[in-house]
Amino acid sequence: MNPAFSVLVFTVAAGAGYGLLSWLALLLLLPTLSQGAAPLGSGELLTGGLLGLVLVTLGLLSSTLHLGNPKNAWRSFMRFRSSWLSREAVCAVLFYPLALLWLAAALGWLPLGEGAVAALSLLTLLLAQLIVFTTGMIYACLKTIRHWHTPLTPVNYLMIGLCTGLLLLLAVRGLVGDAGIGRLGEIAPMLLAAGAIAKWLYFRHARLPGKSLNDATGLGDGARSASTAGRVRLLDQGHTAGTFLTDEFDYRVTLARIAGLRLLVAALLFAVPILLLSSAGTGDGGGTLLLAALAGLAGALVERWLFFAEARHVVNLYHGRPA
Amino acid sequence: MKLGLVIDLDTCVGCQACAVACKQWNTSGTTGALPDYQPYGAEPSGLWFNRVRHYEVGDFPANRTVNFPLSCMHCEDAACVDVCPTGASYKRAEDGIVLIDQDKCMGCNYCSWACPYGARELDRHSGTMKKCTLCVDRIYDTALPAAERQPACVLTCPSHARHFGDFDDPQSKVSQLVRERQGEGLMEDLGYAPVNRYLPPRKSVQVPSAARGEGGSLLDKLKGWLGRQNRAAAGESAKQSASESADVSASGSGETEA
Repeated sequence: MNPAFSVLVFTVAAGAGYGLLSWLALLLLLPTLSQGAAPLGSGELLTGGLLGLVLVTLGLLSSTLHLGNPKNAWRSFMRFRSSWLSREAVCAVLFYPLALLWLAAALGWLPLGEGAVAALSLLTLLLAQLIVFTTGMIYACLKTIRHWHTPLTPVNYLMIGLCTGLLLLLAVRGLVGDAGIGRLGEIAPMLLAAGAIAKWLYFRHARLPGKSLNDATGLGDGARSASTAGRVRLLDQGHTAGTFLTDEFDYRVTLARIAGLRLLVAALLFAVPILLLSSAGTGDGGGTLLLAALAGLAGALVERWLFFAEARHVVNLYHGRPA
Repeated sequence: MKLGLVIDLDTCVGCQACAVACKQWNTSGTTGALPDYQPYGAEPSGLWFNRVRHYEVGDFPANRTVNFPLSCMHCEDAACVDVCPTGASYKRAEDGIVLIDQDKCMGCNYCSWACPYGARELDRHSGTMKKCTLCVDRIYDTALPAAERQPACVLTCPSHARHFGDFDDPQSKVSQLVRERQGEGLMEDLGYAPVNRYLPPRKSVQVPSAARGEGGSLLDKLKGWLGRQNRAAAGESAKQSASESADVSASGSGETEA
């Protein structure tokens, strides 16, 4: 699949933004997570909340850049009963009033009781995670792209959103709040390790064999009609230059580059942040934590590029290419 | 009604006439235009509702060419319609034709990802998705003679490899053809219930050559000997080229994925 840069930016930025907001909500719900460090201050909450909303908004705006006819983008709320893309759009729009209400209540700008703040925190957490889940399901529901058609796809979107969100939260805490990352500094390496395992499982799943041109044409060996036998191969695809189908689905990337970029993902998204966190736990923090968050985001961008570039659509078979 | 096409892989000669007739009719049809990009440039491309590809099945001497037209299957359980976020893609209840409302489409490409048959292509000029309409602007046009109320591709096919009709009617020509020739849908295991049916190529009959080296004149014996030498040489070169192409594809798949 041809990786559209606007979609990469959208899924990475929105995933990290929703992750960050989820962690803020979770910290308000479970203050013990701040153990070993100062409790979440209002400065951190305001900075983190605004950063999360900015990332989400930038992502959503970026996603409209890949539309051929963006003036109809408002219609994407119409088919939420059947389309995951529509569900994502509806949830993303519903999220804004909820998140603003939650932030205002948590900052004490609204005269709401503790119970109401907790309820709003829980709702914000759940809706943010639901949106990332719908993003994953946009891809996972496609039977035409076997690499994506697995529960591992939404799991990966959720895990990477939570990982980059937590790295951003730690950076905000390190830069805005006072030093010390406390128990979150212990949770982060475990979460990153779990994210790495989920990604490894996804890469393993991607190795499974796909359909052949025999399957796609119903000819040759394995065909039900049994009037032809043998392997089917392409003689001529009927066009001399690229088409919409080859441009969109037949993105070519060498195995060597895939292997190299997988290593880069493992390093940037998982290994480097874990190492930086272990060193930040002892010392000053801020700069190191910011570096860890930036490495994680860069790694997530490479991961998302690979997610598209590696995936092969079944229509490639008709052009004599693997699917 | 369940309108669709039957495509006879036995008689299709791969002449591309259906693709051209489709383009000619539909570029001024309800979802036209079908633009060309750099038509006279180095890399001519453009929008087509129907594409014909050419395949080879089996190995020499038991090989054969199969020409393979592919257009919208008007699936009964159309994934492209389900995934469309705007409601631009829809399936008509009355005849099962899958269409795209050009006024509603936002050009997100998502439907083309959901389609396994490559039936949907984005128009770069309008920014909207377009696809086969089963010539919905022909088949109900009472201003046309009844015999011409068929999709342009079916009307133009010189080898009668394309047939149009109602699959819900067991007496229709398409239903009969599918029964007689065991017509099949493509990649039905994906579960989209494609309506169009492909009639498999008829089993090719091996024509026995005359018994060799028995009787006949000296000239016949010489001809027979020459023929055998010729066939042996052809078999040798075919084996060679087959192993060469196997090498190429092996190294090719080693270098590139996707």
